[in-house]
Amino acid sequence: MAILRVDNLHFSYGKKKILKGINFSIDKSMLIGIIGANGSGKTTLLKNISGYLKSTSGNVFIAGKNIKDFTIKEKSRYIGYVPQDIIYDFQFNCFDVIMMGRIPFLKRFQMERKEDKDIVKKCMKITNTWQFKKTSIKKLSGGERQRVYIARALAQNPKILLMDEPVSHLDIKYQIEILSLVKDLSLNGILVITVLHDINIASQFCDEIFIMKEGKIIDSGYPKNVITPNNIKSAFSIDVELFENPTTHIPYVIASLNEKNNPAYRSYESNKIL
Amino acid sequence: MKLKKTIYFIIALLLLLFIFIISISIGTVKIPVHEIINIFNGGGNETSRTIILNLRLPRVIASAVVGMGLSVVGAFFQGLLRNPMADPYVLGISSGAAFGATIAIISGFGMFGLNFMAFVASLITVFLVYIISKTGTKVSMTAMLLAGTAISAFISAIISLIMLINHDEFTRIVFWTMGGFNLINWNSVAFTTPIILIGSLAMYVFSRDINAILTGEEAAEHLGINTTLVKKIILVIGSLVTAAAVSISGIIGFVGLIIPHISRIIVGPDNRVLVPFSAISGAIFLTCANTLSQIILKPSEIPIGIITATFGGPFFIYLLIKHKRKGERMF
Repeated sequence: MAILRVDNLHFSYGKKKILKGINFSIDKSMLIGIIGANGSGKTTLLKNISGYLKSTSGNVFIAGKNIKDFTIKEKSRYIGYVPQDIIYDFQFNCFDVIMMGRIPFLKRFQMERKEDKDIVKKCMKITNTWQFKKTSIKKLSGGERQRVYIARALAQNPKILLMDEPVSHLDIKYQIEILSLVKDLSLNGILVITVLHDINIASQFCDEIFIMKEGKIIDSGYPKNVITPNNIKSAFSIDVELFENPTTHIPYVIASLNEKNNPAYRSYESNKIL
Repeated sequence: MKLKKTIYFIIALLLLLFIFIISISIGTVKIPVHEIINIFNGGGNETSRTIILNLRLPRVIASAVVGMGLSVVGAFFQGLLRNPMADPYVLGISSGAAFGATIAIISGFGMFGLNFMAFVASLITVFLVYIISKTGTKVSMTAMLLAGTAISAFISAIISLIMLINHDEFTRIVFWTMGGFNLINWNSVAFTTPIILIGSLAMYVFSRDINAILTGEEAAEHLGINTTLVKKIILVIGSLVTAAAVSISGIIGFVGLIIPHISRIIVGPDNRVLVPFSAISGAIFLTCANTLSQIILKPSEIPIGIITATFGGPFFIYLLIKHKRKGERMF
């Protein structure tokens, strides 16, 4: 049975159609990257999968069960979510923040048990955040905060981990660190679906890539097969030159700086603004 | 850490008990503690009995309960709105209550009529704010804050106008809006206490949910919390509790703002601990303020709102500066 199946999913904000018939099915844990231009519906797709947004038509099935038949609490035992904008203007220390990931497993008045503390500790060790356990989250850097929120999602013991642009604000070292971490998670039985902006980072780490355009998935599959100049041109309306990493053979793209093909690019010679 | 917090709670409770007894003992007429014990055992002379049992006791209970209610609501609203400036009056409850009270005063209603009008008018105001800020099934917290501010400004203007027209009642209205417990009797205590106590307990059920909402509404939803429902429940119960408090005490500022902040410094941000601690601290603070309001300019009384702001304001600034020196931000 598929871990996650999405069936002809449509979603609109009022009259504005955002998702226009998304279909896919995933039956084993892996790392999936969603790429696409701004406004192509990537975040909306994630929020529909998590059940935070209710689809206009079509269905999402988690382990064979329709997401609409889950209670909010049941959903949170299956799906961990790391939001795009991490909020940190509060006084909880990192241990407390990550402990909130155990709320789905506790009754309303139940105090955190020893097993919850053990799970939190394990998640903090995995994400290399244990040393921050008594530190206020305000005092951490962007990459460290990201790791804390990943640890919290892990404490939910999820089968599916959804991440919305987890590395967009981070420098290259943190990008590699975070993606190596989620890659490890995907190798340990968690299906990770992440929105990414950097096409090359996506092809370097992801097992499969979904390319989205105007609310549809226009191509999906192994990075080698889907990262093509045609697909990139179609999704982002720019021309790219494609290279291949000589050792790993994964594709690598660079935007062609050519005014005719890429209207967004303005060459220095023709720059007559002043 | 747990032991430390337990000790803080024990100290706070003992302090509350001590202040409670002192407050009953001192006032315009000083009645010694042994006499009070005597009265509670059914003895004492008739005058002292009347003063203690019919005047001071309801007054001290009312100030403790109102202080508790305002602090609990303040703590919850700060968490729910994720805004350190939030207090129980932020949704326009106080101006609504003041409007109700003003109408009652110029219409010559009695004490119960005044309490009741203030209570109903404040609830109507919050309901209006809620209707204005609602889009579909979702309620924007920012829209509520803005609508609350706008409606408050509008109602305050109307109240000022009414006061200008009704010169005779000017002082009464002003005194009412500055807050006080001088008109308290057992009836008003019986009316408010159950609402505030049950309301505070009901809100306490959602403390952990509010912890999670502090890290973001959407994030909380992904932790299995029905944020839309929690928001509605806290807003409704919080408004009821505040309306009940304001209807008998007038508008006592600052308590619902600073007590949660001070409590957060002492016991930390976890609402499961913070809320009960705020409740006790709020009761202590307002009971003290109530006694001070009676003795500072003896035999006349100062509105309690003046006391809370003159003592609360500078103390809060002291805390801000102390935190700045330590290189930490309070919020």
